[in-house]
Amino acid sequence: MSRVRVLVGTRKGAFILGADGKRDRWEVSGPHFPGWEIYHVKGSPVDPNRLYASQTSGWFGQVMQRSDDGGKTWNAVGNKFEYEGVPGTHQWYDGTQHPWAFARVWHLEPSLTDPDTVYAGVEDAALFRSTDGGATWQELPGLRTHESGPKWQPGAGGMCLHTILLDPQNPKRMFVAISAAGAFRTDDGGATWTPINRGLKSQGIPSPEAEVGHCVHRIALHPSRPGVLFMQKHWDVMRSDDGGDSWHEVSGDLPTDFGFPIDVHAHEPETIYVVPITSDSYHFPPDGRLRVYRSRTGGNEWEPLAKGLPQQDCYVNVLRDAMAVDRLDPCGVYFGTTGGQVYASADAGNTWAPIVRDLPAVLSVEVQSLP
Amino acid sequence: MIRVVLPTHLRTLAGIADEVRVTVQGRPTRGKVLDALEAAHPVLRGTIRDQATQVRRPFLRFFACEQDLTHEPPDAPLPEAVAAGDEPYLVVGAMAGG
Repeated sequence: MSRVRVLVGTRKGAFILGADGKRDRWEVSGPHFPGWEIYHVKGSPVDPNRLYASQTSGWFGQVMQRSDDGGKTWNAVGNKFEYEGVPGTHQWYDGTQHPWAFARVWHLEPSLTDPDTVYAGVEDAALFRSTDGGATWQELPGLRTHESGPKWQPGAGGMCLHTILLDPQNPKRMFVAISAAGAFRTDDGGATWTPINRGLKSQGIPSPEAEVGHCVHRIALHPSRPGVLFMQKHWDVMRSDDGGDSWHEVSGDLPTDFGFPIDVHAHEPETIYVVPITSDSYHFPPDGRLRVYRSRTGGNEWEPLAKGLPQQDCYVNVLRDAMAVDRLDPCGVYFGTTGGQVYASADAGNTWAPIVRDLPAVLSVEVQSLP
Repeated sequence: MIRVVLPTHLRTLAGIADEVRVTVQGRPTRGKVLDALEAAHPVLRGTIRDQATQVRRPFLRFFACEQDLTHEPPDAPLPEAVAAGDEPYLVVGAMAGG
């Protein structure tokens, strides 16, 4: 029977949650790296026992970890992230220019074909790559040095490159998203980048339809249709059918279109999930009711999924990297909260149950489907 | 032999149970001590000072012999008692909740 391994990054360590294909009885391992912020843990699609983890601390900086045995043991690897050349400046919160400075790794995206190749999205926003299993990291400077770079600005959480999507049908194409700059695409393996934000409208920036400056919270795609992108923006759920060249809003009948994560069903490319959050002032679910919303129509028509989730007095948030889907059938959906719960649904969202209830605040959730 | 005391998280990271001892050539300085520490425990690179700039991480400070040595230049001689191994060189993390 297939198994799943859920990789959870929290404010105080990493946890690994394992279950068989029924996904109803779980073994919990951790905390790994106790006391450290684990922004992200992700496994290689080609070698599921190869895991990478971003271990970070306001005191001690960035440490990178690698496991070659599915998270049983870990070894620190290279943690030297140096921008290419003179880093220059970006826009600060008050509109002045501010020097680019490395703070931490937000997101790790292992290659689809090589377990030793992994991409890292960092704060201040830039994209790095390792081709030696994390021993050394090199920037792909074409992104940070895009002519729009001086106009990028941090969101409240920092100026982070938080999403990296690899196109499974075109190894030269990648998508990234940066708060608060927007989404970008490369078609030449990362050498040059194009902002792909046409159609986004963001109130609160000087020009609501500017080329850059949008607080994109997350983008997602289905591997069978990498030209179709879904986006949870600060406000608005968006969709692109042309690889990001243009976007249109699909918030439809959501109770609020503010939120952080968005993901796509493993076997239904038009089925997508979001977690509506009240507003940018109130980072908790509307009415204290935690509900995932699912659209089976690629947006616009949404249904609440609440069975098994707390429906009163719930005031947690679900962060941008804290939702994932497995590849089993039926598709499993997972998300973690700032209250330390990790919820799982083994039936595509129809019903939910907590795997764990009392972890530190969850920063990220990934899931591996194992033979 | 210089005795260095690290914060708990760095001891755990480096697999150091208690004090760590390093040897430096010539008169000990903070720079030499950290160089030797990082050479002996490469996992500590970047955790006490930035790898690119060598600037101390802002939430860390350096104490010895009941003195705050945080703002001494990296090439300033350490106190005799530290150089002699009679007193430890303390790397201290800022106390903060959360």
